[in-house]
Amino acid sequence: MIIHQLSVFLENKSGRLTEVLETLGSENIRITALSVADTSEFGILRMIVSDPVRAKEVLKSRSFTVNLTEVISIMAPSEAKYYAKVLKILSDLDNSIEYTYAFSLGEKSVIILRCSNTEEAIRALKEHELELIKASDLYKL
Amino acid sequence: MEIWNRHFECMDREELKGVQSERLRETVERVYFNVPYYRNKMQEAGLGPESIQTTDDLHKLPFTTKQDLRDNYPFGLFAVPMSEIVRVHASSGTTGKSTVVGYTRNDIATWSEVMARTLTCAGANRHDFIHVAYGYGLFTGGLGLHYGGEKIGASVIPVSGGNTFRQVQLLVDFGSTMLACTPSYALFIAEALEEAHIRRDDLKLRVGVFGAEPWTENMRREIEEKLRIKAIDIYGLSEVIGPGVASECLVQEGLHISEDHFYPEIIDPVTLEVLPEGKTGELVFTTITKEGLPLIRYRTRDLTRLRYDKCRCGRTMVRMEKCLGRSDDMLIIRGVNLFPSQVESVLLEMSEIKPHYLLIVDRVNNLDTLELKVEVDEEFFQDKISQLEGLRQKIQTNLESTLGLGIKVNLVEPRTLERSEGKAKRVIDKRKF
Ligand SMILES: [Zn+2]
Repeated sequence: MIIHQLSVFLENKSGRLTEVLETLGSENIRITALSVADTSEFGILRMIVSDPVRAKEVLKSRSFTVNLTEVISIMAPSEAKYYAKVLKILSDLDNSIEYTYAFSLGEKSVIILRCSNTEEAIRALKEHELELIKASDLYKL
Repeated sequence: MEIWNRHFECMDREELKGVQSERLRETVERVYFNVPYYRNKMQEAGLGPESIQTTDDLHKLPFTTKQDLRDNYPFGLFAVPMSEIVRVHASSGTTGKSTVVGYTRNDIATWSEVMARTLTCAGANRHDFIHVAYGYGLFTGGLGLHYGGEKIGASVIPVSGGNTFRQVQLLVDFGSTMLACTPSYALFIAEALEEAHIRRDDLKLRVGVFGAEPWTENMRREIEEKLRIKAIDIYGLSEVIGPGVASECLVQEGLHISEDHFYPEIIDPVTLEVLPEGKTGELVFTTITKEGLPLIRYRTRDLTRLRYDKCRCGRTMVRMEKCLGRSDDMLIIRGVNLFPSQVESVLLEMSEIKPHYLLIVDRVNNLDTLELKVEVDEEFFQDKISQLEGLRQKIQTNLESTLGLGIKVNLVEPRTLERSEGKAKRVIDKRKF
């Protein structure tokens, strides 16, 4: 249930994001989800890709600072109350959410979550009968 | 810990001042009567030999520079007839005429004495095998180490430079315990050992004395790891005598200067004022026992600072910090002196980053600005903005408190900064353009 998300350090200068995407494209690595967090000087690009391990190697060889980060992914109907439910379960556990992003897929949404205790979050979400997505399925989306 | 010459190296500082003042008086008198160049300069400044009574009067005397040595090429500043000179060395003249230095028989004895102190400082004794891979010839490195090694009764192996493969073979066959060469050559030897598949256990090396070029703490760590020896920093320059001017002891908290022979001062390279203890500036030497080529207030261009407290090794001789660079590299930012090496030492103390940086100086609305780009190290990168921002802030705070200057720190991707084997470009001063 643990998803390996690709995190890339980026300076805020034009062309770097393009270079990452072109590099992955030329290696036939597909991107399922993407989000950028940034300050005025630098940013972190977070991506779910079809082959995180190979993607990391490829980007590293191009002199990018890359890391794999453990996140979890939930499939839920595209309604705000389901997103709220997920967040509530974790906050009740004092399991703090470092960041989250989501994208919709037809009637449903895929939520990506990074929290301080991944194992505990998986257990709790399962107990509440939420649908966690397996890594192999998510990478294929 | 052994000390070669307890009498002088551990002398009470008041008593030492007496010795230094007496020797300074003799030196000033000698150059006044024997070197027209010094006599003219002193007369121009309205000074006679009697103007200098103690080391406190030294500041009255004019400085001597490398250019003065070149202008008097080759023997113009020698203070004895050539019949008294028993040896001549010369530096390679990469930026002009070479500088020539001459030694009397007593000067050679002094040199051997200070080199004996240096080697003893590094823990060597008569049982050691010293592999001298400094060049022998016009350069002072090889012969300086050689005479000092013989003086302490060690077995000296005068390998000189070059033919690294053979050097490696000799290190193994002779079981050398001490390596003497430039720090960059030490790394070269380490690589050659690896290539030759020589196991560390086949070597008896335990310590190395390295100098003759600037090197960083990073390089020291690399040498110590790769060769598994203690790397001792030694300092000298041919104009003053050669190697042996100063050496680290095993405490490794600075290099002891043989100040009963070479009197040090630290000056501001711009105002030329003498700076108080602990302040970083340009190192200046007055030789107070040399006969062949005595030098008065010779500007070394090397940057360091001095501390006069007694060392844990027992020596009272003043300590200079590992050289921080050259005064030619100094930047003046909003009136504050800044040496790029100061930035490097702050970064080296932080485990989260590697000292890969670029300092950019600019002038915006008549105000100097300082920006530092530091590479984000992969080992530390963990996907959190707050963590990166915290790191950036920490670097900025550490630098500002050490430098006493406001600085803007930016994190950059690895390898965006130019990297080279020799001197990496560390500073861009846009104010000059
Ligand atoms: Zn000491």
